[in-house]
Amino acid sequence: MSEGALLLTAAAGGRGLALGAQLPALQVVAPLLGAILCAFLRKGVLAWAIASLVTWAMPVVALALLWQVQTAGAISYAMGGWAPPWGIEYRVDALTAFVLLLVSGAAALMMPFARKSVAGEVDGDKQAWFYTMFLLCLAGLLGITITGDAFNAFVFLEISSLSTYVMIALGRDRRALVAAYQYLIMGTIGATLYVLGVGLLYTLTGTLNLVDLGTRLDAIGMTPPVLAALSFLTVGISLKLALFPLHAWLPGAYAYAPSFVTAFLAATATKVAVYLLVRYLYSVFPLVRMLSEVPLFELLVALSIAGMLGASLVAVFQDNVKRLLAYSSVAQVGYIMLGVGLANEPGLTGALAHLMNHAVTKAALFLAVGAAYYRLCTVRELTTLRLSDLAGLGRQMPVTLGIFTLGGLSIIGVPGTAGFISKWYLALGALEHGWWWVVVAIMASSLIAVVYIGRVIEVAWFRPAATALAEAGRPNAAMYLSMAAFAALTVYLGFATEWSVGLAGRAARMLLELAP
Amino acid sequence: MKLDLILRVTVKLLLPFMLVFALYVQFHGDFGPGGGFQAGVIAAAMIILYALVFGLEAAKRVVPLALVQFMVPLGVFLYAGVGVAAMVLGGHYLNYSVFASEPAHGQHLGILLVELGVFITVSGTMTAIFYMFAGRGR
Repeated sequence: MSEGALLLTAAAGGRGLALGAQLPALQVVAPLLGAILCAFLRKGVLAWAIASLVTWAMPVVALALLWQVQTAGAISYAMGGWAPPWGIEYRVDALTAFVLLLVSGAAALMMPFARKSVAGEVDGDKQAWFYTMFLLCLAGLLGITITGDAFNAFVFLEISSLSTYVMIALGRDRRALVAAYQYLIMGTIGATLYVLGVGLLYTLTGTLNLVDLGTRLDAIGMTPPVLAALSFLTVGISLKLALFPLHAWLPGAYAYAPSFVTAFLAATATKVAVYLLVRYLYSVFPLVRMLSEVPLFELLVALSIAGMLGASLVAVFQDNVKRLLAYSSVAQVGYIMLGVGLANEPGLTGALAHLMNHAVTKAALFLAVGAAYYRLCTVRELTTLRLSDLAGLGRQMPVTLGIFTLGGLSIIGVPGTAGFISKWYLALGALEHGWWWVVVAIMASSLIAVVYIGRVIEVAWFRPAATALAEAGRPNAAMYLSMAAFAALTVYLGFATEWSVGLAGRAARMLLELAP
Repeated sequence: MKLDLILRVTVKLLLPFMLVFALYVQFHGDFGPGGGFQAGVIAAAMIILYALVFGLEAAKRVVPLALVQFMVPLGVFLYAGVGVAAMVLGGHYLNYSVFASEPAHGQHLGILLVELGVFITVSGTMTAIFYMFAGRGR
């Protein structure tokens, strides 16, 4: 109690925090308040306007935080004025700032697409609730990233997951309900394992603060309880990030969710889960001893390669377009986790850069599919988009399918696109270990990607048109704006890598303790 | 509804005590076990018991669905609003100390408001869930 009183008086003494110092809290609180406002108003258009305003403000906050971190080093924010490690700490370092920018930026660029697409796929009276759930999910994802507290991260994990289940269940196809339920079960198992791991760590160390945990675990070493906590956390988070073979929930969830939700989840949700795992593996558990004593990183490499090849092969045989892209996402998560498992500077840089590159690419692909679905829905009743529905669409919607083709090239990893850059760094990382067969696996997986992307492109551009389209059903300019933004970024990040590799490299050097 | 006279009279007698007990748990949360979550559940249980005995329509006359749907975000708004108020007054988010000249008083006021927010949202959500399930298939 005396300690508590001391902390309180200290907090009350330092009056007047400037706006710049409040940014870490604003990053999470603003979407939360926006969600409440949407729930009060209950009007679809108003809710979209609020969601857009809040979502557009988020990258501004993230950029300001990034600037603060680059000029003055890591930021610590004491929630409620309780000093860490006793209170909940919000902590922003090079990695956090990078992921915050990625999540908030992807959400902001998607918002113009949302209005028409959501209005077409979600019932009118449910739209305000939809945007409430979207903003809650955004708050949860940004919260997982920014918090420096293991249990607080669990709370945000649940906030983002629960709102995601609702958004998936709002899909038009009735199978969306089953997909949401499946994800609910798997996600809950993942969250339970996560909290079991955190509980073990808390029993061992008496702290929940991630930085404090790092120092204390260094002193304890890899004892059996620490190993148990490590396995619980790894498996729990791997479920959330859909690491092969724990990916079973993802294809259904992506395939049947509303188009906008699929694009948003593909660009952000799995990325944040990867961030959380990287945080635990590289800055909480003692990395050097873990590398020499536990075969965890080798296991991650093996599972990643299995995912890269296996999921890509499954994608080749999919008939549902969104499901095809979902399996491709599982394969791409494999690339990211491969870099995480390589545990050297180029590998980790490639993994983190691929978070951004894949987010941008997949967003462009899923938005293009969403636009095609939107157009086709105006002429006939469709619950999901099959490959045959796309026949001849290339000539009817050249811009949309052009953007799809561009995204496809980036998934394959053609030079000049974002996808090539990350694969290059992953290959460099593998070669640093002398693992040439990993490079072969990357090449093989890329070749399979040529096949599944090629199937879509062949159907869309070279088959005769299946449906006569109405002029009235054209996607509006805002939808094209979102798609074009992601397409432009896909090319931009293929040439200028300051924002992807530059920031990722800085974060990787920090994690590997090569630089302060 | 003619045969369950004893049930109806007993429930009518019970309801005010349930509400008082909910408020006791709410305000005793500072000193002992309890708080907004538990109190919210007890208050919602009161409404649910009323609905079970007197019918869903009667319950909806007392606590309309629109009110329940308003309560759900209202409590969260109170919670988040207290945090923002602390920021406006120059403290960290949810730092209650800035609410009064004496930090301990500020802490007391802050936690009271936050717990009230929890109470409103939890009782609203529990009732909303019950209304949804009870109203299915009608």
